[in-house]
Amino acid sequence: MINKIASSVADALSSVADGATVLIGGFGTAGIPNELIDGLIEQGARDLTVVNNNAGNGDSGLAALLKTGRVKKIICSFPRQADSYVFDALYRSQKIELELVPQGNLAERLRAAGAGVGAFFTPTGFGTELAKNSDGSPKETRLINGKWYVLEYPIHGDVALVKAEAGDRWGNLVYRKAARNFGPVMATAAKFTVASVHEIVELGSLDPESVVTPGIHVSRIVRIERVATEAGGFKKVA
Amino acid sequence: MTLYKRLSKDELARRVAQDIFDGAYVNLGIGMPTTVANHIPAGMEVILHSENGILGMGPAPQAGHEDYDLINAGKQPVTLLNGGVYFHHADSFAMMRGGHLDICVLGAFQVSASGDLANWSTGEPGSIPAVGGAMDLAIGAKQTWVMMDLLTKSGESKVVANCSYPLTGIACVKRIYSDLATLECTPGGLRLIDKVDGLELSELERLIGLPIQS
Repeated sequence: MINKIASSVADALSSVADGATVLIGGFGTAGIPNELIDGLIEQGARDLTVVNNNAGNGDSGLAALLKTGRVKKIICSFPRQADSYVFDALYRSQKIELELVPQGNLAERLRAAGAGVGAFFTPTGFGTELAKNSDGSPKETRLINGKWYVLEYPIHGDVALVKAEAGDRWGNLVYRKAARNFGPVMATAAKFTVASVHEIVELGSLDPESVVTPGIHVSRIVRIERVATEAGGFKKVA
Repeated sequence: MTLYKRLSKDELARRVAQDIFDGAYVNLGIGMPTTVANHIPAGMEVILHSENGILGMGPAPQAGHEDYDLINAGKQPVTLLNGGVYFHHADSFAMMRGGHLDICVLGAFQVSASGDLANWSTGEPGSIPAVGGAMDLAIGAKQTWVMMDLLTKSGESKVVANCSYPLTGIACVKRIYSDLATLECTPGGLRLIDKVDGLELSELERLIGLPIQS
């Protein structure tokens, strides 16, 4: 029998190893798996590479993880926010490495990892500073049918932490509104995907036409409580 | 010297909205471009795309009805129109990169006469770089329009021969909607679409410092 339901966040995250690349879903206030991030802080894995659209804000969630000093590198599209002071301080004191990736390339590199694509040519970023490798050398480019493209490689995760709305014991997931964002592609791109959900339902009760992430991409699901609405928090469904 | 008046931010947003057509799929960038939505004529259906996975995005909700799972790319609460849909980030950027959107309206620091765009970084030493979806937006839509004041606060033209700020994309801007004139970027340079009343072409060329075909 397949049962991917974890009894607790700690149980779901027990196997995260030092040095892991951790894909963390979410965009703005929507879809950030804060409870799983808190669990990762508790769990204590270090020397992590984190992939997220942003680099945390305020003092909680991803910012709190960065503050522990256990993240050596972050791959993201938009680290600078009004209240991203935890990242800012680490970056300015060279305690964290930053790989800046255009948002669509970030999504596609994750998709490529999940889809078994070795690399892909994208027009995004051609002719810009972001078409360079971290050592400053140019990324490979190619002229295809009169248009220039940059070669980009997949981003594989060891672990993905995603926030969904509901799931079943096979790991099938549905999301809520724009909280879907990076969740479905990150779930496919990691060896081990943990999803937090607000509701665990009986097998067969999710509409198979509406399942967004098929359970094959999910290793563990764990139920979390809803919390009150706030900017950076989650909306309670009326 | 003849007298002319700059378009207000509202007038500029209305000018951009005039050129958006019924049935268009449009992405409005963060900041000034977002206000174009307020000027789309009643009775016209324009479908707004938000890169965080929304098509058919509606206006901001009333106070007290915010849903923080339903936000735009600027991370502000929005609503969903009837018929609106959600999708994940890779699909959203595929939609953009794949040329499925008709129009993308962006702000800019600089645009070159041939349509190079600089809008993500001023290249200031020590600043923390952040790009978000800017580079994807710049090159993805069938038409990329820039909406900006023509001059900086110190009076320098933001339309230039070559961008001095770091590039977002090359030859990607089709039109510039500014508070003084609407210009088309072509491989051969700038072409005039319209200008505010009382502004002579020669004065516009002097302000920009580049020739403009009319």
